[in-house]
Amino acid sequence: MGAGVLTLGPLHAEASKPKNVLSPDRMGVLVDTTVCVGCRNCEYACKKAHAMPAGDPESYKDRGPFEKMRRPGENDLTVVNEFKDPRDKTLLPVNVKVQCMHCDRPGCVSACIVGALTKQENGSVIWDTKKCIGCRYCMVACPFQIPSFQYNQALEPEIRKCDFCNLRTKQGQLPACIEVCPVEAITYGPRSEVIKIAREKIRRSPDRYLNHILGEKEVDGTSWVYLASRKFTQLGFPDLPSMPAPGVSEALQHGIFSYFVPPALFYSLLGSVMWLSKKGSDTNEHTPDKGDGDA
Amino acid sequence: MHSDLVAVELSGKNRTRNYFTPGVFVVLLVALNGIGFLAARFLFGLGSVTNLNNQYPWGIWIGIDVGAGVALAAGGFTSAAIAHIMHKDEFHAIVRPALLTAMLGYTFVAIGVMTDLGRWYYIWHPMIMWNPNSALFEVGICVMIYVNVLYIEFLPLVAERFINRVNLPGLLKRFNKPLDSLLKMMDRGLGKTMFSFIIAGVVLSTLHQSSLGTLMIIAGQKMHPLWQTPVLPLLFYLSAIAVGFPMVIFESLLASRSFGLKPEMHVLSKLANYIAPLLGVYLSFKIGDMCIRKSFVYLGEVNRESVMFVLEMSLFIIPFFMFLMKRVVTSQILLFTASTLVIAGVVVNRINNFVIAYHPPYAQQSYSPSIGEVSITLGFIAIMVLIYRACVMIFPVISVEKSAMGIGNTVVEDHQ
Repeated sequence: MGAGVLTLGPLHAEASKPKNVLSPDRMGVLVDTTVCVGCRNCEYACKKAHAMPAGDPESYKDRGPFEKMRRPGENDLTVVNEFKDPRDKTLLPVNVKVQCMHCDRPGCVSACIVGALTKQENGSVIWDTKKCIGCRYCMVACPFQIPSFQYNQALEPEIRKCDFCNLRTKQGQLPACIEVCPVEAITYGPRSEVIKIAREKIRRSPDRYLNHILGEKEVDGTSWVYLASRKFTQLGFPDLPSMPAPGVSEALQHGIFSYFVPPALFYSLLGSVMWLSKKGSDTNEHTPDKGDGDA
Repeated sequence: MHSDLVAVELSGKNRTRNYFTPGVFVVLLVALNGIGFLAARFLFGLGSVTNLNNQYPWGIWIGIDVGAGVALAAGGFTSAAIAHIMHKDEFHAIVRPALLTAMLGYTFVAIGVMTDLGRWYYIWHPMIMWNPNSALFEVGICVMIYVNVLYIEFLPLVAERFINRVNLPGLLKRFNKPLDSLLKMMDRGLGKTMFSFIIAGVVLSTLHQSSLGTLMIIAGQKMHPLWQTPVLPLLFYLSAIAVGFPMVIFESLLASRSFGLKPEMHVLSKLANYIAPLLGVYLSFKIGDMCIRKSFVYLGEVNRESVMFVLEMSLFIIPFFMFLMKRVVTSQILLFTASTLVIAGVVVNRINNFVIAYHPPYAQQSYSPSIGEVSITLGFIAIMVLIYRACVMIFPVISVEKSAMGIGNTVVEDHQ
């Protein structure tokens, strides 16, 4: 297919950037917030898939939790929020599923001091318990404020966030939330295809959708992308630039270091200053006072 | 002039005060209180003592213990640079107190980081698990190496104090001779190579003082525009350089008072003359950056950020003008006041950068430190003061005039 080949061009250019794997075949998800009905089955399935206490499935029918906005946490890697229309409360509310966006250029991966967070070829950003030291810099770096930390664990506290069901998908299964969604509000597939589907949806129903795919451009692209009928800032999303989250920070880091040339030059410069000024101070004042220069 | 000064340990025949004074007991109480909370943190986890949460992962332990701690220890590399690299020999007397501050400061930065780490027992991971993209990785590695460099730089003081004076009691007596030869060997070796460690100390400091500023850049628009700027590393570096000498002066005057010694005003005044230019360079970059980014528009509204920003800036600008005045530079009390203001300015600046400026998108309420967090931070400072006091009584750190002390030994003031 012509379009498929076209998308490979820029993606390959991106993959040549020096850092994390960014496979052109990486997977993505389209969340259509105009379809989601807020059944919260995905929340239940997610907990089951990650062996977390999930409680009674019937309890998820309760719409009480929608009263306030919830955020993903150590015991819920995904949550669904509900947003009423600010002008007309009788209109149908919008339900928005929240989880890690699995950025293409993730801030958390760039920030992590030990490289415990990595962007996988299949698109998922995952966390390695064997490396993590619990510094929580990933939480500072995340533009969507997603990772959570187990503050009440004295030993082996974990950073927890959606892992895109990395283990399930490696075995050929669908991510748990995708599998369970009864209204197909979430579509799973190669990211490039998912973006195409989103564009097609907007083209077909321009009245239904805002002409904006959240996550297509934001922070240089995310694996999870969203469609909505309303501005995303009204649906609990931050308004983000198209610059990748680690952009300035990595540029500075590599600028200061660039293969240790600047530090080495600085070292030699200081060495020369030290040697030259030593000669000066020796001849000028120090001849009688042996004590000082002696070691 | 300076050849009249000699570094001595303030014990034995040089003792001017006892270790324990009423003030020391107060400091001890603060330390014990901190240790109590520290035990709770390690037994029950970060959540039990801190107000940190998923929105605010970093609090005052990063802002003060690490951010401000590293900056205030900058006297170590700035005084080494001026005395040893530029060979301004009149400043040799300040190198040792500054070195001791840096050594203790960085040790407690490391302990502070460890306290903040969820998995503190993996603090060694960055040594073998590298992520060169991470500013934190760079800070971590540089600080780890620099702590070791500082301990090496301190070794000559140990040698000077104990060569020919190793005197272990009882059964350990037989080790006296071997220990003495070890010290002598080490001292000879270090004497020839010390210059390389001194330069390394300055390079390492430059790298991590600036990278500490890079840390918050990745927070992007979560950080208030009054502080978020790509020149943060430069601003951190310049402000660290500017606070180095005020910190040396502050401590020197405090130590003189505490031990009943005459302060070396002629050295301190000369040192103080450098502070206004250094503050000026920092302020011109800080204000220039503000003008280029037009971030001053955020000062129009009165809120926590703008108030803290104005406070921070005044704590730099007021001492800048003070240090320009000869009257300030030559007066003990004014010099102390001006130096304290700069130190406060840098501490507020680091708190602002790491805590006040940070605005997570979904915070229900803004972070303020818990009693436990404050107690532990104060406790670390108290422990540092206690160790500092012990060190100047054990090792030849503080320089005094030969005539004032009537000292018989022939120890020279500096070993490099």
